[in-house]
Amino acid sequence: MLGNTLLMALREIRRNVLRSSLTVLGIIIGVAAVIVIVTLGAGTTKQVQAEIGKMGSNMLVLSPGGERRMGGAATTAPPFDLADLVAVRREVNALSNAAPVNMRPMQVIIGNENRRVNIMGTDSDFSAVRSWKVVEGRLFTPSEVRSGKAVCIIGSTIKNEMFAGQNPINASLRIGKVNCTVIGVLESKGQAMFGGDQDETIAVPIRMFQRRLTGNTRVDSIYISARGENEMDDAKAEVEKLMKERRKTGEEGQPDFNVRDMKEVSNMVQSTTGVLTGFLSAIAAVSLLVGGIGIMNIMLVSVTERTREIGIRLAIGALEKEVMMQFLIEAAMLSAFGGLVGISLGLLGAAALAPVLNVPFTLQLSTVLTAFAFSALVGVVFGFMPARRAAQLDPIEALRHE
Amino acid sequence: MNEQAQAAQGRPPGDISQMSYAGPVVAFDQVYKIYGKGESEVRALDGVSFQINAGDFVAVMGPSGSGKSTCMNIIGCLDAPTAGRYLFKGVNVSDLSRDQRALLRRHFLGFVFQGFNLLARTTALENLELPLIYRRIDKKTRREMAMEALRVVGLSGRENHTPAELSGGQQQRVAIARAIVTQPSLLLADEPTGNLDSARSHEIMELLSKLNHDNGLTVVLVTHEEAIAAFARRRIEFRDGKILRETNTKRAG
Repeated sequence: MLGNTLLMALREIRRNVLRSSLTVLGIIIGVAAVIVIVTLGAGTTKQVQAEIGKMGSNMLVLSPGGERRMGGAATTAPPFDLADLVAVRREVNALSNAAPVNMRPMQVIIGNENRRVNIMGTDSDFSAVRSWKVVEGRLFTPSEVRSGKAVCIIGSTIKNEMFAGQNPINASLRIGKVNCTVIGVLESKGQAMFGGDQDETIAVPIRMFQRRLTGNTRVDSIYISARGENEMDDAKAEVEKLMKERRKTGEEGQPDFNVRDMKEVSNMVQSTTGVLTGFLSAIAAVSLLVGGIGIMNIMLVSVTERTREIGIRLAIGALEKEVMMQFLIEAAMLSAFGGLVGISLGLLGAAALAPVLNVPFTLQLSTVLTAFAFSALVGVVFGFMPARRAAQLDPIEALRHE
Repeated sequence: MNEQAQAAQGRPPGDISQMSYAGPVVAFDQVYKIYGKGESEVRALDGVSFQINAGDFVAVMGPSGSGKSTCMNIIGCLDAPTAGRYLFKGVNVSDLSRDQRALLRRHFLGFVFQGFNLLARTTALENLELPLIYRRIDKKTRREMAMEALRVVGLSGRENHTPAELSGGQQQRVAIARAIVTQPSLLLADEPTGNLDSARSHEIMELLSKLNHDNGLTVVLVTHEEAIAAFARRRIEFRDGKILRETNTKRAG
């Protein structure tokens, strides 16, 4: 019986291909939108998580200035210096490593190659803090760090593009006006979270950066890694306490520095994605609603058109629930069909948009199944009223219908 | 309590598909059908009593508005009386729900209409299978039963034709085949020849007579044409919601 009902529904839908297609257009658009949004959102989340993993585990970033968001206005708070770094290393118990990080884009010349590169002034601990290994050559020696010797460790993009893949160790390059000897190559990290190539970086000893590139003694930020995931909060508290003392802000005073962990960054990205997903899902829901109303409308038309058929069925002994089931299945099949088309289009759209938006394409089976179930449900919900109307027709009246 | 006595009580339906009964197929006992209330009250049936036995061939006649259509709808369990008792195979139809009446139709009644009422764009075979599907008969048996019914009405070889590909007379034959494919206890034909020319009408009536004579099928026919009614063996004439007269017509041959 169910098989026959399904076949009948399929036949009715095929009888009016154009009408059926137009009817389910709303469902198709709604489902496709949901699939695109959710797929790209999941891709973004996955990317952010991978990115945070790449940034180094259990990492805190200490920088001057009060509470501010990433990329906020420059601060007037006094910068740190190397004494602060020494104090952090000495006083914070939950710490495993700490490294200074000064960043500045500068002109770099290698032979005929000349481009602007992010120069990072740091010391050899940055490798541990940021989980960033040296794959060729070596890190800075303590004496190179102390004396601020003109040596550098280059990112893989610099090696591949500016050295054309040739062995760069012991080769010379120019940063601004300073000649510098390459002592190592960093492993590749790929794209950064907010665009830009992290591998287009050159690390130099912090003192060399201060004296010869910027001519000051500032430390712009200190990257700290805690001993473990569970020590993150301890480390953060200790760093805050220490810096309050050192900067004499007092216990209650507004700190003129901030300690950010990567969790905050990831939360921020996820909440932004979440808001966007929520907003677009609402639009998709409206689209599904409109699609559902379209299905209800066309099912009502169908019931009117097929009044005689319903009369025949009732006369030969169809029960109310059997007629009802026939029309419900037809509506559900119609909208589920729209759901399938919507899912396919959505996945195609997401696959096409992912490379453009620089987001990995992540196929989520649960999303696909939910979207499908939801579209079928729309058919059942909006098909209910027309189906009941069909089931409750008076067979005598229905048979007389012209 | 014997079956006859049970019938007089109007027994409960039980399992409708397993129902068997030796008494009259149709028994009207002071049946009323009243539309509207007070001033505008219309008595479509005004205290009608009669019986139809198994194997009968009855023509129900009368001008429009005489109550013959209402009578047909009630006999066919499509409608329920306002008052009085209608026993179909001993079951009091007045007591039944809409769905229980549908089950009676499914298992014991076949309908033939003036306008054929076949499903459009659906082959003859599929039209015949429809009532069998509702009876949950498996596909193979369904096909066999449908082919046999088509053979009986003389349409073997037309099983894959849709109504649009068949003449009016052929369509009505398919409709008759659909009505008898379930081997009903009663065939109701409402103006079955109303849309056909006299030659075609004659063929259809010959077919119904043959089904009545050879297969013992009980047939109730609504018509206003003398020539058509002449095929029946009994005649019930309605006028103003009442039976004007009942006559037995002996047709030669």
